[in-house]
Amino acid sequence: MKLKLSGAASCTFAAIFALAALLLYHPPRLRAEGGEPRYFAITNARIVPVSGPALENGTVVIANGLIQAVGANVAVPPEAWVIDGKGLTVYPGLIDAGDDLGMPKPEPAPVAARGRGRRGAAPVPEHISMGPEDRPGTSPWRVAADDFNPEDKRIESWRDAGFTTALVLPEEAIIAGQGSLIDLSSERPSQMVVRSHAALRIGMHPTTFGFPDSLMGVISYLRQVTDDTAWYDAAAPAYAAHPNGIERPNIDRTEEIMSLILHRQEIVLFPANDIVEIPRAMRLAQEWNLHAALYGGQQGYALADQIAAKKYHVIVNLKWPEAAKDPDPENIASLRELRFRDRAPGSPAALAKAGVKFAFSSGGIAEPKDILKSVRRATAAGLSSDAALRAFTLDAAEILGVADRLGSIEPGKIANLVVADGDLLGEKTKVKHVFVDGRHFEIHEIAKPHKPGDAGGEKPDDASPQSLDADGEGGR
Amino acid sequence: MIRNIIALAALVIFLSSGVARGAGADSNVTLIKNATILTITHGNIEHGSILIRDGKIAEVGTDIKTPDGATVIDASGQYVLPGIIDCHSHIAVSGNVNEGSVAVSSMVNIADVLDSEDPTIYYDLAGGVTVANVLHGSANPIGGQTIVIKLRWGKPSSELPFEGALPGIKFALGENPKWSNYRPPSGVQQRYPATRMGVEETIRQAFTEAKEYKKQWDEYDRRKAAGEANLIPPRRDLKLDPLVEVLEGKRYVHCHSYRADEILMLMRVAKEFGFKVRTFQHVLEGYKVADELAAYGVGASTFSDWWAYKMEAYDAIPYNSALMTERGVVVSVNSDDGEEARHLNQEAAKAIKYGGLSENDALKLVTLNPAIQLGIENRVGSIDIGKDADLVIFNHNPLSVYAVAQKTLIDGTVYFDRDRDIAGRAALESEKKALLEKEKKALEEEKKKAEEKRKADEAKKTEQEKAKPPKDASGDTGGAR
Repeated sequence: MKLKLSGAASCTFAAIFALAALLLYHPPRLRAEGGEPRYFAITNARIVPVSGPALENGTVVIANGLIQAVGANVAVPPEAWVIDGKGLTVYPGLIDAGDDLGMPKPEPAPVAARGRGRRGAAPVPEHISMGPEDRPGTSPWRVAADDFNPEDKRIESWRDAGFTTALVLPEEAIIAGQGSLIDLSSERPSQMVVRSHAALRIGMHPTTFGFPDSLMGVISYLRQVTDDTAWYDAAAPAYAAHPNGIERPNIDRTEEIMSLILHRQEIVLFPANDIVEIPRAMRLAQEWNLHAALYGGQQGYALADQIAAKKYHVIVNLKWPEAAKDPDPENIASLRELRFRDRAPGSPAALAKAGVKFAFSSGGIAEPKDILKSVRRATAAGLSSDAALRAFTLDAAEILGVADRLGSIEPGKIANLVVADGDLLGEKTKVKHVFVDGRHFEIHEIAKPHKPGDAGGEKPDDASPQSLDADGEGGR
Repeated sequence: MIRNIIALAALVIFLSSGVARGAGADSNVTLIKNATILTITHGNIEHGSILIRDGKIAEVGTDIKTPDGATVIDASGQYVLPGIIDCHSHIAVSGNVNEGSVAVSSMVNIADVLDSEDPTIYYDLAGGVTVANVLHGSANPIGGQTIVIKLRWGKPSSELPFEGALPGIKFALGENPKWSNYRPPSGVQQRYPATRMGVEETIRQAFTEAKEYKKQWDEYDRRKAAGEANLIPPRRDLKLDPLVEVLEGKRYVHCHSYRADEILMLMRVAKEFGFKVRTFQHVLEGYKVADELAAYGVGASTFSDWWAYKMEAYDAIPYNSALMTERGVVVSVNSDDGEEARHLNQEAAKAIKYGGLSENDALKLVTLNPAIQLGIENRVGSIDIGKDADLVIFNHNPLSVYAVAQKTLIDGTVYFDRDRDIAGRAALESEKKALLEKEKKALEEEKKKAEEKRKADEAKKTEQEKAKPPKDASGDTGGAR
């Protein structure tokens, strides 16, 4: 739409003004309506498909949301909008395997709890769990995609940094619910969901009141739920077959949904960050027969071989442990804590060396630039940038079971691409274009793709986007 | 004598099964020589030696030749005691040691939350402790499942459990389970039970349920075995499973207790329901019912001289362990605490001053007796051939206040060595210093970078402003604004 206008040689001042106003209203991206282009070609670019060796000078063709072709000698279809990729590198879009983008903010604790003289004490919940049968902190039927709010401002900043897909997780609880794999593209959640039932999130934190109020209580509860689910699997069909003469078994939503989740081998994100939690998680996941991925993995440096031997996947939390921002000078960290802080960023390198497949989760990092900074700490600690990129793309897709559609630049896969002016994980690199589901997102003041038929490189005349952007700057 | 027969039987089993530990530093042959050996079972041996092979005590005597390649520990002037066994410990647990939300928390299991990284394991080793009975807290009439561990510091949690030791379950009577000394936050209803009567009722109720549950399963198994089709199995109840194990004698009951009346109560309830109490823990009024305890055959694991910290602890006396021992009760002295555990040898010594126990009987309170109470006396608790080489070397007689543990061995491996510890401290200090320095440097670097970036941004902004309209084209003036 915009390009059509900019191509018009003799627009009136009013038209330019109207266009500028439109651009200012939604400055960073094209709107999704109407005649949005469906065909693109990125030519003359360095292409890093991740699934194979890099192409020094190639073309990627995007059609109807998918990658149509990639290679050195690929014909550019006439309907395609062309981006001259000279000096640019094309990567598969990055996958953040665990965050809360678009999730409702956790409710702040009410200040005035019912307690007298107990200001700041945790509020007493209405229902206090008195045992496993009360199903504390349990909502496996919750699906992140259902609560997803595409208006979250962070979505755009994530995308601008090169993230095209996120595993969005429900707020932590014992059985919190199912995370959804979301493409960071449009305005409507229904268009963004790649897989709504992508991974079950479980948590190890006890409840403040009632059962369970200890870690061992949480573990015993989860064990009871897996036992109950197994019971449901036996009881439900038996009753369904011959309801007459059999006492009707309880209907329990938790068992019903957990049965579905476990049968379809949905990934269970098992929190496991340190040298005690990781072996414990592997032992329990095995005991409960879960298709688990270790979620955290920051002390993986000490256990990589054991994780490899048991063939677990790891989703490494990139929020590395660090010193408190304004620490009490009297309170000097223990040697153990200092070692952990020092060595944690070495975990991905150790996991890679041991042959463990891992992905990255931004796990509570607020700014996307800090996510990449965290990864650079991992590469500084010995992780190759190829492996880092894999963890962000194809390995993440494989762990999440969507490698048939995401994670690399191959024909037929979803057109999630990042175009940058250098090594994507480099400090000074700038992301120039992002494609999500084949939709083009420009990253602020950069060159636009050319109109179909235009010879690449030639600037449209006076009403070029650049001049518009310059005019509009005052309003930014 | 029966114990010796059992020990002998264990030895035979051990030898015939050819238990061999994996090759490694701990499979070496070690000789401890020139020591005063406090065997516990057959007197003290002056200038004696202990030969350790594959983690077991192979020989004990005064003239053992040093085998080729053996590691030799010269313990001249020092004392060797069997590793101390703490029958009541809460170390090495991740998270809360109580699941206090419910009156019966038997579904939780300490074995699930062992924390191999808890430094208290090492502190305990430095006090000569090699085995600990890690218990759930005392917040519930029936508490969580418990486990006996060896303090194999540096090994993962999965290698801490004492192989073959029967698991236990924690019971508690009196003020703690009825929440006498704890008020819930306002708005939260106080948990049942709130009286000693209620505590008894809770235990009765739980075992009534457990029996019913067992019946359901037996009935299901019977019908299934009879070939009945389309059966719905009973639900597995993790709260009742361990109670069924108690009824079947597969799990020991370790019961926190203070008053004589409640001690008698539990023995009566246990008799009625057909299970056995293995030990009373704390049992501060045990001396009042020593005959009943002895007749019942229950172990008593108590404090040396700690009392009056709450109402039900007012009648405690330091003569408790001596008096109960005299009446034939198997008595141990425990720590209940990571600090107390570091001087259990001294706690045992107090029974000599208060009650006049013999030196050997006093030492039994922290070695052989807790081993018997935990059902592991075939493996540990004394220095006998065939037992695990769990040993502690003291620089003085362990009953002396001057005694300090020098080396602690488990399965023949030295897990604590005071000299090595002291020698290693400087390196740890400097490592810590270096890491702190590194962090500080990185932080400064980051600040510097941020500052540079801020300046660069500012300069860029200035430039842009300059380049904008030709309001002020003063050219080369170097004004930074």
